Amino acid sequence: MAARPPVIVVHDIVTRFGTQLVHDGVGFEVRAGEIFGIVGGSGSGKSVLLKTLLGLRFPDAGSVAIEGREVTAMDDRELRDFKRRYGVTFQAGALFTSLSVAENITLPVAEALDLDEGSLARLVELRLRMVGLPLATAAKTPAQLSGGMVKRVALARALALDPSILFLDEPTAGLDPIAASEFDALVLYLRDTLHLTIVMVTHDLDTLARTCDRVAVLVDGKVIVDTFEGIVGNEHPWIRHYFHGERGRAARAGRERSDGA
Amino acid sequence: MTDAQVLEPALETVRAAMPRTLRVEVGGRLDIGPSWLLRGLVADLRTAGAQVELTGREPEHLAYLDDLAARDAGTMPEPPRETLVTRLAALGESLRLRLRSWYEELVFGGMVLASAAAAWHSLKRLRVPSIVRHMYETGVQAIPVVAVIALLISIISAYIGAQQLRPFGAEIYTVDLVTIGVLRELGVLLTAIMVAGRTGSAYAAELGVMKLNDEVDALESMGLNPYEVLVLPRIVALVLVMPLLTIVANAMGLAGGALLTSYLLDLPWSQFVMRLDASIAATTLWAGLVKAPVFGLLIGLTGTLRGLQVRGSSRELGRLTTVAVVQSIFLVIFADALFAIFFLEIDF
Repeated sequence: MAARPPVIVVHDIVTRFGTQLVHDGVGFEVRAGEIFGIVGGSGSGKSVLLKTLLGLRFPDAGSVAIEGREVTAMDDRELRDFKRRYGVTFQAGALFTSLSVAENITLPVAEALDLDEGSLARLVELRLRMVGLPLATAAKTPAQLSGGMVKRVALARALALDPSILFLDEPTAGLDPIAASEFDALVLYLRDTLHLTIVMVTHDLDTLARTCDRVAVLVDGKVIVDTFEGIVGNEHPWIRHYFHGERGRAARAGRERSDGA
Repeated sequence: MTDAQVLEPALETVRAAMPRTLRVEVGGRLDIGPSWLLRGLVADLRTAGAQVELTGREPEHLAYLDDLAARDAGTMPEPPRETLVTRLAALGESLRLRLRSWYEELVFGGMVLASAAAAWHSLKRLRVPSIVRHMYETGVQAIPVVAVIALLISIISAYIGAQQLRPFGAEIYTVDLVTIGVLRELGVLLTAIMVAGRTGSAYAAELGVMKLNDEVDALESMGLNPYEVLVLPRIVALVLVMPLLTIVANAMGLAGGALLTSYLLDLPWSQFVMRLDASIAATTLWAGLVKAPVFGLLIGLTGTLRGLQVRGSSRELGRLTTVAVVQSIFLVIFADALFAIFFLEIDF
């Protein structure tokens, strides 16, 4: 596993908001085919870090390279084309409410490629099947969907261009435990069958325990990266508090059970 | 996925030809999207009884795609076909929406009246700080644009008036034209149209976004009445602010008239003022000013009502904001026509 090449290389990122130093030299690597979790307290700069990785925001110092190319050094045009190589889901889904589910999924495809209606419909069918939604969902509007379905449609849209990297921002936030564990299973399945590299920001300890190969914890403007077990054993007070609170214990117990089975 | 661009036209050609036998040689690796399109074509040809042979390298996702296709996910929804029944259904649906909108308008009117009555009895319910804030946003901040528009329009009408009156040697009546026109009609009407575009849309959009964010429900859950907290202060602010803005517009309109006549007709300002004094009756100013609060009420009611009707999507928000502006401008002009007839009848 360790031999796999890095897909994303983050080097010494510094982010400031006014006088507040959010990231003080954050650096890590994400390897091909791994599920990489990012955690941190509120205000520790998780979402800002994700935006920086996506090239939506430029860091005050440092660099981000994805598949060997520096995102932070690209011009606008290059960056726009490059963004098609990865899929993103946002915390609240960010589906376009004025479009149907099918139109939401075809939008990136229809913009990038010139395909006919029949093929587009067949691709909508594929994406809905991939995320495990009934095909009848295609005709619905986002307002008619439940929270879990919104997350799945968002994932379907993120998968629309066959990306090799997926970025998920709080993919299970707001889902009930059943829907959340289904979503986890889906993410694992997609990683295993499609060999995607997945970066997810999450607060959900169960998701973290079940899916992530390695975890990055943002504390004090720095980052600590390790396997889930390694992070759990870390002595940093905030990390201890995070993983050894009542919720952390339950999630770890769940992981041990599933490892034993 | 860019492979799909190359592959798809070829697949469509084959699909159109529906050959009896087909040999597909897979050279490189394919992404999932194009693999799915290829797989779909092969499956369709095979069910039609054709011989299909896949050679070369095995497309990597086929096992996964077969697995996906085997899962029961229902069928893709048919694109809606237009029949007599669907047309009747659409007609019925629009009728239902129209009736619901009328019902909501009735409820809205009742709730506004009720909260106004409550505010009449207890001043605390009038939410004075909120009214003042809205007066600042809709009134004070609108002064520059209202002033400039009034000045320009009165200059334009004075200029055209002077040109038409000159052949009769009656240029001096340009002053009458401008003063009566501005004071009775133009000042208040221009102000109302500007305010409808500026504030009517802002009210609808603000309340609409609050609806979409469940903020209105949040207020109600705290035992607060959204009509008292959100609607009434906005309407009261607009009713109070409209006459004040109209006075600004009137002043600027008269200034514009004076400016143009002094340049074009060499009419000194003192003479303009004397002529102005002679041309207007005691009621001229009031004939314009009395309409202002009514227009303010119409704009405020329309904007807040349409905002509260927003539900569901961002498209709905845009639609109802447009409706708010169009309807408030329409209502203002319609009311102005009624006022004109009324004033004519009572000789005001």
